Amino acid sequence: MNHRLFISSLAIATSIAIPLGAQQVPAPGAPSPDPRVGLKPGVYDAGEASWNMKLASLTKPTEKFQKSINSDLAFFGHYVIQGSFDGFQIWDISDPSHPTLRTSQYCPASQSDVSVYKNLLVVSSESNSGRLDCGDEGIKDTVSAERIRGVRIFDISDIDHPKYITNVQTCRGSHTHSLLVDPKDKANVYVYISGSASLRSPKELAGCTKATPDKDPNSALMRLEVIKVPLAHPEKAAVVGSAKIFEGLKQPKSHGQTATDSLAEAKEIADAKANGGYVFTAFGSEQVASPRFVTSLLDSIVKARNAAGTPTAEDSTTLRVSLQGIVDKIIASQGPKQEGDPIMFRQCHDITLDPSIGLAGGACEGHGLLLDIRDPVRPMRIDAVDDVNFSYWHSATFNNDGTKILFSDEWGGGGAPKCRTTDPHEWGSDAIFSIDQSKKLHFESYYKLSAPQTPQENCVAHNGSLIPVPGRDIMSQAWYQGGVSVFDWTDAKHPMEIAFFDRGPLKPDEMVLGGSWSAYWYNGVIVSSEITRGLDIFELTPNALLTQNEIDAAKTAHLDYLNVQDQPHYTWAPSFAVARAYVDQLERSNGLSADRVAATRQALDGAEKASGAARRSALSKLATQLDSDAKGSSDAAKVRTLATTVRGVR
Amino acid sequence: MFYPTARRIPPPAIALGALLVAAFASPLAAQTLPPVHTDSSAIADARADSAKRPYTAADIAFVSGMIHHHAQAILIANWAPTHGASAQLRTLCGRVINAQLDEIHRMEQWLADRRQPMVTPQFTRDTSMRDMPGMNMAGDSLMPGMLSSAQLDTLDRARGDDFDRLFLTYMIQHHTGAVHMVQQLFSTYGAGQDETIFKMATDINVDQRTEIARMHRMLVSLALGITPPPQ
Repeated sequence: MNHRLFISSLAIATSIAIPLGAQQVPAPGAPSPDPRVGLKPGVYDAGEASWNMKLASLTKPTEKFQKSINSDLAFFGHYVIQGSFDGFQIWDISDPSHPTLRTSQYCPASQSDVSVYKNLLVVSSESNSGRLDCGDEGIKDTVSAERIRGVRIFDISDIDHPKYITNVQTCRGSHTHSLLVDPKDKANVYVYISGSASLRSPKELAGCTKATPDKDPNSALMRLEVIKVPLAHPEKAAVVGSAKIFEGLKQPKSHGQTATDSLAEAKEIADAKANGGYVFTAFGSEQVASPRFVTSLLDSIVKARNAAGTPTAEDSTTLRVSLQGIVDKIIASQGPKQEGDPIMFRQCHDITLDPSIGLAGGACEGHGLLLDIRDPVRPMRIDAVDDVNFSYWHSATFNNDGTKILFSDEWGGGGAPKCRTTDPHEWGSDAIFSIDQSKKLHFESYYKLSAPQTPQENCVAHNGSLIPVPGRDIMSQAWYQGGVSVFDWTDAKHPMEIAFFDRGPLKPDEMVLGGSWSAYWYNGVIVSSEITRGLDIFELTPNALLTQNEIDAAKTAHLDYLNVQDQPHYTWAPSFAVARAYVDQLERSNGLSADRVAATRQALDGAEKASGAARRSALSKLATQLDSDAKGSSDAAKVRTLATTVRGVR
Repeated sequence: MFYPTARRIPPPAIALGALLVAAFASPLAAQTLPPVHTDSSAIADARADSAKRPYTAADIAFVSGMIHHHAQAILIANWAPTHGASAQLRTLCGRVINAQLDEIHRMEQWLADRRQPMVTPQFTRDTSMRDMPGMNMAGDSLMPGMLSSAQLDTLDRARGDDFDRLFLTYMIQHHTGAVHMVQQLFSTYGAGQDETIFKMATDINVDQRTEIARMHRMLVSLALGITPPPQ
């Protein structure tokens, strides 16, 4: 008997043309046809495809977590903490081929986003069913003293026995959070709370007021809650600030502009002003009034003086004087009109902090924000971008030197199959922006998983982290059932996939939520939280696009712990591995001639075999030679970086 | 078991075959609502979830109602190409259709896995809409934000800029209604405990709020005669 419910399909009219931009160019040597297409469905027997990376292990969840939803990851020592909608599990990953469970804590809460700092573990709780007592029966009352929406804090000094220290309740719970370690403050850490779930009743949590911010400065709308956790007394953790990072936010331009766009527009405005054109301010920037708009306004002015025909010079003057007022009235008439208008709510989905450069990237519903976080309790907005192709700004990743930021669009919320052939490349993708000297964002390109997925696979841009290959911007990223994609975005205009792993759908004819939630590099491996299947660990395999030397160099950037949304600033101690990685890159870019590449490699090998004064002398000689090579190189900066590295090797 | 339900046949102008050809020819927005399958393991999983945190009549009503609510958004979004909508509005409509079709599929899946009566979304204007819950033409039981028959008539008659303006105005009304339906769900005793319901409702809430903000901006652009930069 076939236990299937089948409903006949219905075609929906869609002659709606979506303008598509340039598609990504596949990397040289990328397998064709793409082996990710047509993989066999299955849970633990699904077909697999990989390129330039290999699966070291897949570890199933422990029994109590098998029907749960695995979520985000945090790392410390040789452990990974895997959040789950039923609590968290801590795995020992010293042997990537055989992770072992160290402890698990059953304590249901969605999404159980996790962060760790020393002995403290912070876990997010968002939904209405989360209980203070870690029970799983939910809470039926709409107002209840048993509910937890906010964060729980555990002490994991004794890993085998996590101790639930306290919780901090917030107005809309915590979908995600970001733990900020302020380099200037050794006594506290800060937790930024993000999430867009519905607001709690003030009867359940005092102060959760819906009044608009102009009426109540403590309004829970449009704010970012900041929790301070005193390290000596984590039980005293509390909300200490609520930064209004959306305040005065004008809608930015409808597409993240490239630097060229901005220049062209500035010229257009200057020309219009010089030639007597009409210029007004809207969406936070100056605009040239279109001829059609001007004509209709002039016509009304003519009518207003009970006349007809061609507008006079006086009419033009009247318009020039009153234009901004008219524009402001139009804007006001279209905006939200009353308390409770949905547009009044604005929150972030996730915030990535980079204290080393004092910046944070806020992925905040309809906007990507750049924030100044030098004062952790009072983050301030520096710039904002929007993009017509972005549905929902989900997360942010800086490149290591803070000159670029990548935002991802979780179009469809992660539970929808947005990587089909019918889904445009620009939708549900990553958008890469450069950050200029004055901390303004400029759109550069989109990156999206290139392998089409089936309607049975939920797929959209999700969580990723940098892979610390010196000299390049490389990241691994989770795409739910689209698998894991590793790509290079050193050239911000032309991101390129360099490795991938994918499985077939969980089920042949039904989409169930699954796939990779997060795929993060940590001390030499990529760890992926598989929503239903468990914990995947991958190793990169050397190839022409990423050499063994580059992988070895990435492994030298060791971390003691990692919360990806508190983005670490990687540094590479000078070493032979790092030097050889740069040589490989110079070979790839033709920044050094083939002869010089060969000679440099030989010199490095020789120096490595030598020791003491002989090594120092060999390295010094090589560095001097490289200084001179730099002068004629098309990639002089990298040759100089190589020279500096060679000088620093001990 | 095999349940072919009484889903309506598409109008002849949009033949399935032609659409499939279009879908393969170019990655545009051609899209179909795929069939809903469920099996014993999916039903067992849903039952296990429900044993912990049972879904309620309010949850079922929310899902069933939202399927109809989404269908009306798709109905009017499909008018964009034939009603002289601007390129920007067509892009918005393409995304509304894509997003809400997928959500309808998710909601149907939720109902099927829980063996609840299937709801048939109505993507065309049809006199039988009078009989459907929430679409009573008498106007006394419209779900929040649903366009009345008169509003649908007005929109269907509009062309070009007028269509853009009316569409945005009505879709803001429509989305605002969906957001209120989510608020209503979460203020109902026992509702929204099921993890899937919580996620679906929260996603609808945030996606539609975000889109409302975008539509407000588009309305202002239209009124000010600003052309958004080319894509």
